[in-house]
Amino acid sequence: MQSTSRIARLFNRRNQDYYAGTLMMIIGLSAAYTGSGYGVGSFSRMGAGFFPVALGGLLVLVGVGIAMSRKHTDTAVESQASTEMPRKSDVSLGLRMRGWLCIIASIIAFVVLGKYGGLLPASFAVGLIAALGDPDNRLRDALLLALALCVVATVVFWWALRMQFPLFTWG
Amino acid sequence: MLAQSLFDLWHGFAIALEPHNLMWVFFGVLVGNLIGVLPGMGALSAMSILLPLTYAMHAVPAVLMLAGIFYGSQYGGAIGAILLNLPCHPPHAVTCLDGYPMTRQGRGGAALGITMIASFVAASFGIVVMVFASPALVRIAFKFGPAELFSIMLLGLIVGGTMSRGAPLKGIAMVLVGLLVGMVGTDVNTGTMRFTLGFIDLADGVQLVALALGLFGVTEFLRNVNCMDAVGSGMKVSLRDMRPSGAELRQAAGPIARGTLIGTLFGAMPGTGPTITTFIAYALEKRIARQPERFGQGAIEGVASPEAASHSKTQVDFIPTMSLGIPGDAVMALILGALLIQGIQPGPQLIVQHADLFWGLIASFWIGNVLLIVLNVPLIGLWVRMLRVPYRLLFPAALFFIAVGVYSTNNSLFEVLEVLVFGLAGAVFVLLEFPVAPILLGYVLGPMVEENFRRAMVLSQGDPAIFVERPISCAFVSLCALLIVVQLGFWLRRLIGRRRGRDVGMERRAFEGK
Repeated sequence: MQSTSRIARLFNRRNQDYYAGTLMMIIGLSAAYTGSGYGVGSFSRMGAGFFPVALGGLLVLVGVGIAMSRKHTDTAVESQASTEMPRKSDVSLGLRMRGWLCIIASIIAFVVLGKYGGLLPASFAVGLIAALGDPDNRLRDALLLALALCVVATVVFWWALRMQFPLFTWG
Repeated sequence: MLAQSLFDLWHGFAIALEPHNLMWVFFGVLVGNLIGVLPGMGALSAMSILLPLTYAMHAVPAVLMLAGIFYGSQYGGAIGAILLNLPCHPPHAVTCLDGYPMTRQGRGGAALGITMIASFVAASFGIVVMVFASPALVRIAFKFGPAELFSIMLLGLIVGGTMSRGAPLKGIAMVLVGLLVGMVGTDVNTGTMRFTLGFIDLADGVQLVALALGLFGVTEFLRNVNCMDAVGSGMKVSLRDMRPSGAELRQAAGPIARGTLIGTLFGAMPGTGPTITTFIAYALEKRIARQPERFGQGAIEGVASPEAASHSKTQVDFIPTMSLGIPGDAVMALILGALLIQGIQPGPQLIVQHADLFWGLIASFWIGNVLLIVLNVPLIGLWVRMLRVPYRLLFPAALFFIAVGVYSTNNSLFEVLEVLVFGLAGAVFVLLEFPVAPILLGYVLGPMVEENFRRAMVLSQGDPAIFVERPISCAFVSLCALLIVVQLGFWLRRLIGRRRGRDVGMERRAFEGK
């Protein structure tokens, strides 16, 4: 519980807009800087960097605007919340992290095993690792789900749709 | 002209009824409905997941299928909203308000039936508007040069950014980010590689599938994992319950008509999201009702009108997308992107050059809506069971389909990594309360915006005044300026109001301190 309150403090309304604005400024600046290397040109002879620099500059301005507009009234947020799915509010940070890490790891595993293993190991890994992200899934559930996905991968994608992805491969 | 339109429409029916095309419409509606019912999956995720499939198809069945998925999932979302109080798709949030109370009173079947009738009537009306408005709009659109196209796209981007959920500035920021993502890859005019970060795989730019699945698939899973409330309710809906009584039909007729008109009106304005439209339809019904206190307690008007509005808006939304090439929201941007991948440039030429596609699409709306009714009557029991698929099994399976689907578009594992990167970026944006849908809008329009700006500059020999010198373009630019001024006005008023509030508070505190 303590960890959630720490996130809450970190992301209270006002700080959040500072972070959001700063992030936009960083994206805008780096886009404009990179873009200026492509040759900006002029209105009559536009270079490849013209649009990136213009967009980056605009993004910096918008970022400044976001950072300055602190929210006081939460009405906008409330109306947005009502269009959301019902969510648990008291999920601990550790539990959330577990879900996030497993989702990220599952996709990375798919890419790595897809290259050095083939379709079947990759499908098995993505299902198994992602399923383990939810503590309600026991190992047996996750294994069964992963096996089911392997069957789908073989029958639907490899056999029926003739996808160019060997079932087993090395490199 | 009218006779010509009707003749073309007749031809469109012939195309949509071809067995091959009909099969894909059916498939799209069925799968869209299925995915739309699943908790946490909306129209955007459904369309993104099936987008890779369209790469191997011809343009006509591909677009027919995508459209089918769209309205299929929309209807599926309504089922979740009414039976379980789950707004899987934001526009259905309003439907929950009265739909769920109806379910609790045992009238859930009737609510679903009314929804079906409302969506069919509204869609039909929207289609009729589309048949008559599109050719007229095209005749104007043929007068458009690069300057006009740039201005109208600018308008579309500004509206799309500011009208979405959340703070307008944040929407604009996301549109800009989307435009930048659209710049990635080889610049067509100079051959310069832009923002490729040294990856040769990015020379062709970011893939639409990777971006869409990252933003609407992985981001959603990262957001929802271990946070979804378990849903369980043992309601049963039988076939017989789905037939609303005569009294209910009479009660719903007016709201359906009003909702349809509202949806059509707002559909014609690019960028006003479906969520806003449904909220307005609901508010209007509540305003004119004789007993407004019934709303929220299971008033059938509160289900009929918003559902009608959202469906007629959906149809009318296709008009600017197809005839001008300006998508109104992220869903339309996705359909536009799919057309571009097929090598079809949406815009005024589309109706003439690809008449079969355009009229086939219109005809397929009708057929698809009939299919929806035919499908939903027997399958409602299945949908109810689908609603209870636990999220813990749903998201790993969906991740698998995403990974394999993206791989299959270009046989590239690199694009699977792209999905992950966009998913993570989207999750950070969502955490900071940015709306992510405008990114897709910016991404799809980005290359076209740049191209038309460039052409306009060549035409005017580098004089930006061309955008205000040409009358049509000037009108669009003025609208853009008006929108920005209005938004600034809102912002200033809030600022002043807040400051005044604070001053009063300080005075009071000073007074009490004495």
